[in-house]
Amino acid sequence: MIHTKSALIPSQSPAANPAANPLFSCKANHTGRSPVLLFSRMHQSSLLAKLDYSVLQQCMHCGMCLPSCPTYDETKRERNSPRGRISLMRAVADGDLTASRAFAEEMYYCLGCLACETACPAGVDYGSLFETARAEVERTGAAATPQRTFWRWLTLRHLFLKPRLLRALGTALRIYQKSGLQFVVRKSGLLRFLPLSLRALEPQTPTIAPRFSHELIAEVERGFAIRPSASAEPPPSQNKEPGETNSLPPQTPAHRRVALLTGCVQDLTFPHINRDTADVLLANGCEVFTPPVQPCCGSLHAHNGDLESARTLARRQLDLFPVGELHAIITNAGGCGSHLKKYGHLLADDPAYAARAHDWDAKVKDIHEYLVENGCRPPGAGCGETSVTYHESCHLCHGQKITAQPRQLLKLIPGLTLTELPESSWCCGSAGIYNITQPEQSAKLLARKLTNLATTQAPVVATSNPGCHLQLQNGLTAHPGHPCQTVTQPVTLLARAYRAEMAAAEARLDR
Amino acid sequence: MNAPLLEALRDALGPEHVLTEPEDLIPYSFDGTAALHQLPGAVVFPADTEQTAACVRLAHAAGITVVPRGSGTGLSGGSLPLAGCLVIVLVRMDRILETDPANLTLHAQCGVVTKTIDDTAALHGLFYPPDPGSMKISTIGGNVAENSGGLRGLKYGVTRDYVMGLRVVLPDGTVTFLGNKCVKDVAGYSMKDLFIGSEGTLGIITEVLLKLLPRPAARRTLLALYDSMEQAAATVSAIIAAHIIPCTLEFLDQMTLRCVEDYAKIGLPTDCQALLLMETDGHPAAVEDEANRMMEIARAHGAREVRMAADEAEATRLATARRSAFSALARMRPTTILEDVTVPRSELSKLVAFIAATAKRHQLLVGTFGHMGDGNLHPTFLTNERDHDEMHRVELALSEIVDETLRLGGTITGEHGVGLAKKAFLPRQLDGGSLTLLHTIKKALDPAGLFNPGKIFD
Repeated sequence: MIHTKSALIPSQSPAANPAANPLFSCKANHTGRSPVLLFSRMHQSSLLAKLDYSVLQQCMHCGMCLPSCPTYDETKRERNSPRGRISLMRAVADGDLTASRAFAEEMYYCLGCLACETACPAGVDYGSLFETARAEVERTGAAATPQRTFWRWLTLRHLFLKPRLLRALGTALRIYQKSGLQFVVRKSGLLRFLPLSLRALEPQTPTIAPRFSHELIAEVERGFAIRPSASAEPPPSQNKEPGETNSLPPQTPAHRRVALLTGCVQDLTFPHINRDTADVLLANGCEVFTPPVQPCCGSLHAHNGDLESARTLARRQLDLFPVGELHAIITNAGGCGSHLKKYGHLLADDPAYAARAHDWDAKVKDIHEYLVENGCRPPGAGCGETSVTYHESCHLCHGQKITAQPRQLLKLIPGLTLTELPESSWCCGSAGIYNITQPEQSAKLLARKLTNLATTQAPVVATSNPGCHLQLQNGLTAHPGHPCQTVTQPVTLLARAYRAEMAAAEARLDR
Repeated sequence: MNAPLLEALRDALGPEHVLTEPEDLIPYSFDGTAALHQLPGAVVFPADTEQTAACVRLAHAAGITVVPRGSGTGLSGGSLPLAGCLVIVLVRMDRILETDPANLTLHAQCGVVTKTIDDTAALHGLFYPPDPGSMKISTIGGNVAENSGGLRGLKYGVTRDYVMGLRVVLPDGTVTFLGNKCVKDVAGYSMKDLFIGSEGTLGIITEVLLKLLPRPAARRTLLALYDSMEQAAATVSAIIAAHIIPCTLEFLDQMTLRCVEDYAKIGLPTDCQALLLMETDGHPAAVEDEANRMMEIARAHGAREVRMAADEAEATRLATARRSAFSALARMRPTTILEDVTVPRSELSKLVAFIAATAKRHQLLVGTFGHMGDGNLHPTFLTNERDHDEMHRVELALSEIVDETLRLGGTITGEHGVGLAKKAFLPRQLDGGSLTLLHTIKKALDPAGLFNPGKIFD
C-alpha cells in the first residue's frame, strides 16, 4: 500500500517544466492557501475519486507507454510518464495524495498528445484521465495565481466562449497588423514594456487572415466552381442567426449533405483551409452547409480543465446543427476532431443532450476519413507541387487513429511524391497552448521535428491541424536555410489539384 | 530517510538526481507487477559505475536497503521498492561502449534499452536474439538481472546464453569486472553466472559484455489456426520430431487472441481455439524448406488454416502483436495476474488442459499464451484486486497450478524471476540443500542483508 504522510509538501523537483510560462502555467509563486483547507476541499468531492475507478485500474503499469511519451523521453523520470501520472491520479483518487502544486505542474507538463493511448495494449483511456486530472487541478485551485486566473477567465470564459467577440478581437488584431502599427511597435522598442512572458510570445502571434470563413464560404453551397482566388470571393449572403439554421432547404438527391465546422484558430488564421475543405467536398459531390457563426468546439476548454464550459459549448454545437439531416459533420482540424467525437462521453450525464450527443459522435468525420470512406475522386491535374512530406497531428493519429487516409489522399494527386517523415507521429510541441504554457519543452520538440523534416529534403510539409501548422511555420520561418519552407495541408493540395483540373477543362472549352 | 544521508547523496550525484517528494516517489512505488505497491524512501539516478558505487557505499554505511531498477517493467516484483529503501535507477547509464565485429561482442552500460542493443548489432549485420516482451523499453541490465527470456528461446536460448562479462557493484561498494571476450574461459568459478538472474540481491550490474551472432539472412513467419488446443500441441511435437528447430513457436488461446486483436487490429481470427505463431530463420534455402515442411505438418495435424506472412512488415506486426499479449489481456478486467510456469515440452498440453480446468473449477477468467516451443506458459488470471473473494480463488488456483507444474517436472518461473510474486512457491520446488546454498551465497556477498532483501527468498 502507498502511505504518503508528507503529501502536502509541494515538490520542488527540477525535472518538470523549468521555464514554464507564468501566463497560463502553474509554475508561478505559491498562493499561500492553507494546506489544511486545500485538503478538506479536496475530499469534499475529488473529481478523480468520483471517476469510475476501473478507468484508473485499467493501467497495469507494464511500461509499454514509456518509449512513446515525449516528456519521459526528455527527462527519463517516471513522474513525467503516462503510467507515472496515472499513479499520481490514482493516489489522489485514493486520498493518499492531495492535488498539490507539484501534481498540478505534472498534469500541465503532459502534452496531452495521446501517443500513450496508441502504445497502450491495455486500452487505458488516458485522454479522459488527463482531462479529469486537469479539471481537478482547476477545481482545487492548486495551480492558481492571480495572473493565471485572469488569463484563463479572459480566454476560456470569454474569447473562446463567444465567437463574435473572438472575431472582433481577430479584426482588431488584423487592423493592427495590416496598418503597419505592429511593424512600428516592434521597431519602436515599446515591446520592452510588456512582461517578459508576453514579450517572448509576441513574435509567435499568428497573422490574422484578411477575411474569415463566413466571408469565404456561403451558408449552403452546391456544385464545385472555380474561384480565381479564395480571398477574392465576395462575401456570401448571411441573414441567419445561429439557432435558426436548424431547417435547411430540401436536399438534392444527387448530393450528400455535409456540415463543415470552421473552428476558432482555423477561422482567424487559416480560413482558406476551410474554403479548400469546402471545395474538396463540393468536387466530391457534396452539398456543404456552413453556419456563418459557429461556437468553439470546446476542446481548448476540456484539455485545460474547464469541462463545464466544454459542456456548454458542446450543447451549443448540438443546437446549431440538424444532425439527423446530415450525412456527416466535417472537421478539418485534428485537435478539434478528436474532441468533437467525444460529445457522447462529455454529455453522458445530461438527459436532454445525451442521445443527441451520441448521434452526433457517429456523424463527426475528419475530412480525410470522410473522403476515403466515401471514395475520393482522383483529381485530373497536379497541385503545383512535386514533393511533399506529412507530419501527423497528434489528435488526428493518436486521438482519432487516422493515419493512412491523409497519406492516401496525398498519393491521389498526380505528379506528387510523398516522402515519409521519420517520427511523423511524434508531437511537434504545439499541443494546443503548450507552446505558450511550456515554451522550453515545446521548443525542444519543434527542434526535433525540424531535424526530422530536414532529412526528407521535401520542400513542402503537409499537416492537418492549425496548431501544428502554426508551430511548423514559426519554426521554419526562424530557419531560412531549412530545405523545407512551405507548410500546407492535404486538403489544400487536393483543392488546388481540383482547381487546376477545372481550369484546364475551362481552357479547353474556351479553345 | 535521514537528512545526512540525503545530503551526502545530493553531494555525490547533484541535487537534481535525488528525489524525495511524494509526487516524485509515488511513480516509483511499483514496477510491471500487478497489485504490488510500496513507497521508497528516496530515488537516485547515478550517471556511471562510480556514482552507483558511491550510492551503495553511502547506503551501506547508513544501513539503508537498496533496490536497483531499470525501466521498471519486471513481472515478479524484483524492482519493487522496500519500505523506506533507496531506489537506484540506472536509466541514465545508457551508452553503448563498444561494438566489436571481429569478436562478435557488444559492450554496453546497463541502462541501454534492449531493442537498442539489437538495433546497434544490426548496423554491423549482427544479431542479439533475446527479445523479451518489453524489449522496446526494458534495459539490458534488468534483462541480465532477471535472466529474461523471450520469443526465440527454443532456438537461441535466453539472456544468460549471451552474457560474456559484467561489471558489478557489490553490496559493500566494491567494483569488479567478471568475464571477458574469450569464448573459452575456465579461470575460477563462473562468477558472472552468479549475478545473471540474481534479481538485484547480490549486486548492481552496471555494464554488460554481450555475445552477438551473425544476423540471419532470411526468416519466414507462419500462422496456424486450430479448433482445439491438442491439435496445436501435436503440431509442435511433430515439428520437433521432424528435427526442425524454429526460432519461435508461440501459442495464444482464444481469450488472448481476442484481446490482442482488439488492440492490434491486424486481422487475427478470433473464432479459433488456439493459434500458433511460428517463425524460422537462417539461410534462405533452409528457411524456405523448413517453412514449407512446417505448413505441411500443421495441416496434417488438423490446422483449420495456415498462413504465411507476406513480407517482413507483416511478420513484425505479428510478433509485435504477440509481445503485447500480456498487456492486451488487461482490457478485460482491472487486474491481471500473470504466471510464468514452465514444464518440459512433452508435458505442455497436460498443463494447458489443467490450467483451463482449474480456472473453471474456481470460476475464474483466464487467458493463456506462451512459448510452446520451450514449454513456458503464461496463464493470466483476469480479476479485480478489490474483489477479495475472487482474489482468494486466484491464489488457490495459482497454488494448484504450481503443484501440477512441479509434478510434471517443471519450474515455477521460466523467465520472469521469483521476486516477491513467486517467493512463497520456491520452497516447493527446491530441496533443502538448494535453499541452504541460496542463503549461504547471499550471506557471503551481502552479510548485512541490504541488497533487495526479501526478494526470491526470506
